[in-house]
Amino acid sequence: MKGIQFWGAPLLSVVILLAFLALWHAGTRQEAGGEVVDAEYAKLVGTAAATGQKSAFPSPAEVGARIWQHLKEPFYDKGPNDKGIGIQLGYSIARVLAGYLLAALVAIPIGFLIGMSPLIYRAFDPFIQVLKPVSPLAWMPLALFTLKDSSVSAVFVIFICSMWPMLINTAYGVGAVRREWLNVARTLEVGPLRKALRVILPAAAPTIMTGMRISIGIAWLVIVAAEMLVGGTGIGYFVWNEWNNLSIANILTGILAIGLVGMVLDQLLARLTRLVTFPE
Amino acid sequence: MENGERDPRAGLFIIAHSPFPVSAVEAMSEPLIRVEGIAKRFPGRDGAATTVFEDVHFSIEPGEFVCLIGHSGCGKTTILNILAGLEPASDGYVFIGGREIRGPSLDRAVIFQSHALMPWLTVTGNIGFAVTSRWPEWDRARVRSHCQKYVELVNLAGAEMKRPAELSGGMKQRVGIARALAIQPKMLLMDEPFSALDALTRGMLQEEVLRILAETRQTAFMITHDVDEAILLADKIVLMTNGPRARIAEIVVNPLPRSRTRYTIHKEPHYYAVRNHLVDFLVSRSRQLNEALPPGYDPKHPPLVTPGLSEAGGSVAQAAPRPPAGSRPIAVAASH
Repeated sequence: MKGIQFWGAPLLSVVILLAFLALWHAGTRQEAGGEVVDAEYAKLVGTAAATGQKSAFPSPAEVGARIWQHLKEPFYDKGPNDKGIGIQLGYSIARVLAGYLLAALVAIPIGFLIGMSPLIYRAFDPFIQVLKPVSPLAWMPLALFTLKDSSVSAVFVIFICSMWPMLINTAYGVGAVRREWLNVARTLEVGPLRKALRVILPAAAPTIMTGMRISIGIAWLVIVAAEMLVGGTGIGYFVWNEWNNLSIANILTGILAIGLVGMVLDQLLARLTRLVTFPE
Repeated sequence: MENGERDPRAGLFIIAHSPFPVSAVEAMSEPLIRVEGIAKRFPGRDGAATTVFEDVHFSIEPGEFVCLIGHSGCGKTTILNILAGLEPASDGYVFIGGREIRGPSLDRAVIFQSHALMPWLTVTGNIGFAVTSRWPEWDRARVRSHCQKYVELVNLAGAEMKRPAELSGGMKQRVGIARALAIQPKMLLMDEPFSALDALTRGMLQEEVLRILAETRQTAFMITHDVDEAILLADKIVLMTNGPRARIAEIVVNPLPRSRTRYTIHKEPHYYAVRNHLVDFLVSRSRQLNEALPPGYDPKHPPLVTPGLSEAGGSVAQAAPRPPAGSRPIAVAASH
């Protein structure tokens, strides 16, 4: 009974994966015989693809082989358009972390201020409400114009999109600190700085960390799109470049890598959240 | 009996930190706390203010245990918050040692009804937070040993590293008591500290508070709606009429000796007289007195009553000059 409880879910996961791979394999199986197609279409997409001898969509085996190739040599650098997937991921992670940490440095103190004072909260609220729903990519032209550097602009876009969840959650967490803890601090004549660091910060930490976890997720979503726009380096650029190369196998590898890194980032933040969460 | 609760009489600790050395107490003619005509008003819907209570005068002598009893809505908690400095009074003044209370202070430690422990800190961490607030210049070792002394005083040795979530309700409130005592305040303010506990734990903690206060000669002010708790703990019981416009109806002087305990209190000769008087007050007189105060009532000197010492219903007398503070019997822990 216990074995089923423990192994049941992973086993089912493997079954689902195998079923998916089998369907994929069946869908991309090489078909015999040439198909007659429009000549103009054949010119456009290449004869091999047009005659239907082989689908441009790779089979699972081909993708597997490509992934293995990338894994064997993740950090090669053969010029601006041909870098290992590890290097590209490194660029993206560096940009995300830079923008994210910058956002944390700005959003958490401001969130603290907003949360502590209802007056400041009401004053900031309209700006936050207007700016929050703006797609981070809409900032891109403005960033390119003012910062005049595509890489810095990508970091700026990450900065602006990670800001709102952290800001809003910090303000909420700080504003929702229980009155009794603040009263304890007051009766103990605790100074404002000590109160902020020793009472409000630990009390609001779980909420703040939740905001940070949402932010890192959004930042990782946005970086791919931002790098597709600014180009040069990064996993987003890699995916777009492979689209231009029409290498679906590489695109699929990129997608898998994006998913895995996103998961790791999320789990890291989840672990940090657990560290600061206190049982009531 | 829940886990972790020990016999309150298991340990005897003598803490030599009375904020008032006996000689100083005797030299002092001023009460520790003097409440002069405080009131609380809230702006009502139609512009007219709603008065919760008004014209409240009373005083607390050093070393005295005063309980405040009244129905909900008479502003008990507000009075405590005003004494703590957490809330301003709409009218009137409160003086501590002759100086007006203008805000919260380390002089007055509050034990909250909901214990108000910080759940991210351990038992020692919670007490230590208070201790470092009181003596910021102390080093870690000194804070630690000071905390330990109070952890032992409330019989929590062994639970120092536990977080509040791992403690029972009674143990949490013990930490709250230790935290309040550890800063060696001039007085303790308690807002129904035992009302959230089960009867067994409550009885045990009451007994312990009695012992600790006797040892430390702490002055205390407590809000309660439990008549038995008031008789067990208090030297003076302040009775409030119902709100709104609540006043102090009278102040009952507890005739039972300070050596009273939970187990023997019902055998004291005046126990039922006091108890009946208080129950009677809560059941009917608190409402009647709210409607009409007796002729000759002087809010500055609410009647002092000592049930049992005269004919039924208790003697009603105008507040006489207070007995010298030093003359009150002070029970010591050993007498339990």
